[in-house]
Amino acid sequence: MFAYYLDLALRSLRRNKVLTTLMVLALALGIGATITTLTVLRLLSGDPLPQKSAQLFYPQLDPNEKDGYIAGQTEPAPTMTYVDAMNLLHAHRATRQVAMALSQAKVLPQQGGDHPFFSDAVMTTADFFAMFDAPFQYGNGWAAADDDSGAQLVVIAGFLNDKLFGGANSVGKTIRLNDRDFRIVGVLKPWAPQPRFYAQDLGGRSYGDGDAVFLPLRTARAVDMGPQDTECYAAVTDIKHLETAPCMWLGVWVELVDDAAVAGYKSFLSSYAQQQIAQGRFQRPETALLDLMGWLRDQQVVPDDVRLQAGLAFGFLLICVVNTVGLLLAKCLRRSQEIGVRRALGATRREIFTQFMVEAAIVGMAGGVLGLLFAELGLLGIRHQPAEYASLAHLDLGMFLFTFVVALGASLIAGILPAWRACVLAPAPQLKAA
Amino acid sequence: MQIRPILAALRRHRLATLLIAMEVALACAVLCNACFLVAQRWKLIQTQSGVDENSLAVLTVNGFEPTQAADVNARMLAGLRAIPGMQAVTLISQVPFGPQAGAAGISRDADSFKNTIGIVDFVLAEPGTFQVLGLKLVEGRMPQADDYRPATNFAPMDAQVLVSRALAEHAWPGESPIGKEFWCDKLHFRVMGVVDHFARAHPREWGAQAAEWTVFTPTLPGGSLAGTYLLRASPADLPRVLRTARDAVAKIAPDVVLDQENSQTITDLRTDYFKSDRIMIDLLIGVIVTMLGVTALGIVGLASFWVQQRRRQIGVRRALGATRGDILRYFQTENFLIVTGGILLGMLLAFALNLALMTHYELPRLPLYYLPIGALVLWGLGQLAVLGPALRAAAVPPVVATRSV
Repeated sequence: MFAYYLDLALRSLRRNKVLTTLMVLALALGIGATITTLTVLRLLSGDPLPQKSAQLFYPQLDPNEKDGYIAGQTEPAPTMTYVDAMNLLHAHRATRQVAMALSQAKVLPQQGGDHPFFSDAVMTTADFFAMFDAPFQYGNGWAAADDDSGAQLVVIAGFLNDKLFGGANSVGKTIRLNDRDFRIVGVLKPWAPQPRFYAQDLGGRSYGDGDAVFLPLRTARAVDMGPQDTECYAAVTDIKHLETAPCMWLGVWVELVDDAAVAGYKSFLSSYAQQQIAQGRFQRPETALLDLMGWLRDQQVVPDDVRLQAGLAFGFLLICVVNTVGLLLAKCLRRSQEIGVRRALGATRREIFTQFMVEAAIVGMAGGVLGLLFAELGLLGIRHQPAEYASLAHLDLGMFLFTFVVALGASLIAGILPAWRACVLAPAPQLKAA
Repeated sequence: MQIRPILAALRRHRLATLLIAMEVALACAVLCNACFLVAQRWKLIQTQSGVDENSLAVLTVNGFEPTQAADVNARMLAGLRAIPGMQAVTLISQVPFGPQAGAAGISRDADSFKNTIGIVDFVLAEPGTFQVLGLKLVEGRMPQADDYRPATNFAPMDAQVLVSRALAEHAWPGESPIGKEFWCDKLHFRVMGVVDHFARAHPREWGAQAAEWTVFTPTLPGGSLAGTYLLRASPADLPRVLRTARDAVAKIAPDVVLDQENSQTITDLRTDYFKSDRIMIDLLIGVIVTMLGVTALGIVGLASFWVQQRRRQIGVRRALGATRGDILRYFQTENFLIVTGGILLGMLLAFALNLALMTHYELPRLPLYYLPIGALVLWGLGQLAVLGPALRAAAVPPVVATRSV
């Protein structure tokens, strides 16, 4: 029976080629636009560490002045002072804890003739690699003891290793950063979580390539590497010594394995804030402990333009669907006599309904295939945009299948009304008119 | 033209009428808001920098210690000035559309954070830079040799400065800004002149009102004024001069790092800076055009269907004395009525959509004049789309009335 409906539907679609083409084209445009923007949106709002993100938390405190504070409404500061970060780290209340800031390191290639260049650097503490599952190609990270001793150690990214050492095992070799020698202890495999969750609010970009060098915080500060972003909450006398200045420039992450640990850490944070208030260092008791995805939402990491484009595409798809409803309706009402004949010859309402839904589904599938083509074109266009995330815009299997779900869904919704109108037509008047 | 029979006929086709009206309503809502977004972005792109963009380029180097600043400056200035075709090279801390060097909050009182004016960009510049930039003085005086002071902190102490007209009007509305004082924490400034336009480094991030809150601060080279050089050449020479200059850095100062991304002509910096807006405009216009096309397609489709369905009735009307014009006008009026209904609904939708956009994207309210413009466009579109089917209807011969099929 289904094969018969398919045959009928194809005959009907062939009968009016222009109308069918236009209908498929309009639907395909709407689907193409929607899939393109959804792919980008999904890419940008994705989970950077799916296997780990539920256990990673971002604690926040608020050392700002009392002025402008409204209890329950004012959010705590997005970054931390050195003093607070170190206090949290040394308290060891979580399974793992790291502090970090972003910087730029001037790299001088050892081979003669090459010019120095700047690379993205992360100044951080020993737990960074284990906590964020950063995979090592050679060697490994540094030990907690190296954090305190300020040893001249560095972990470099694979792409920097390729550039400087031709991809060979460079562990134990030296690299010249900011005119000083550092010993390489580890080389990372390609590692660039998207979004760059750990760079949020530290002055870095939100997407794109991974960082090139990772060095112990104290070591980096000893060679005068400064953070990309610093926010001060009181008059600063000596901006050089950020460790003691009333300035916030560090992000802290903690790893907490279960709900009990999270609850425990929350109460630790608020008691810490109370203790600092008692000592006169803090004026505000507000604290926060968002998980990784919560922090990304809080930071509104997805650019406004991308969300706007997705909204626009959905609006456009809606118009296309309404349009398809209208055209399918016109098409099927034009065939009232044919329906009358079929009904008179014994077709049930259900059969008529199915027949027209099959016709709508064919339009939908054709729209889906063409829409996929449009989506690929759209993504090609996006890859040529200057955005940080441009090179990542690809259609994956999930979105590929989703395209057909959208196409079929849209066309079936569009088909319901015309098919229903067709099946409730009384056969007698149609036969008489003929 | 009688409207009553049209309405009576439409009542028999409620579903199709509703569909067209709904499509028009959606199109109207998206059209008004998309046009508004395009206008907003267009205004951003048109931001005036106030400088001679076509003749200017910037070259940035970094990776040297503050103690080396004087030496690097001396070598760079001498080396760059020797390039053939170079008209001038001066030190500046930031240029419009380049990286932001110094933004800070200022207030009218010495007593810090009370009576604030806002966050402004401080542009530090050595003698001669004012002329090289091509800033236009509208009030007060130009900086003289003894106005230039060394910057110990991020800006000099007790400096005489020039402000943009936008900042002057914001800070001292209705008063002459000349001689007015302001403070940035402990630093004290006095206004000696006003320039017509001078955009800050990242104008679009501060919104239209604050896009030009810029303070031109005469400063002696050294300290925080190092590493960023303003180049001037004739517009025709500029690309070649900049290319030569970029290549020359490796010879002039092999120990510093050329900031490739921020060593560009101002025109290129501007293009890069507004690229995402340009793409958004293209995209929005693309959506508007396709959407109007799809809407027109829907109208054509349903109108054709109606015409075919009513061939007999049209024939009867023609046989009873209706002219071709009457039939044509019938379908045109019918379309006008449906589209009008759609537009009325669409205006409400447009406002709802605008409200949603305002809460999510910090957009201003949709100005009312967008609604009649949107209405005119859709009426025109409707008439254009219905013209074909209506002409076909008018061509139906009266003899059809006598045929049974």
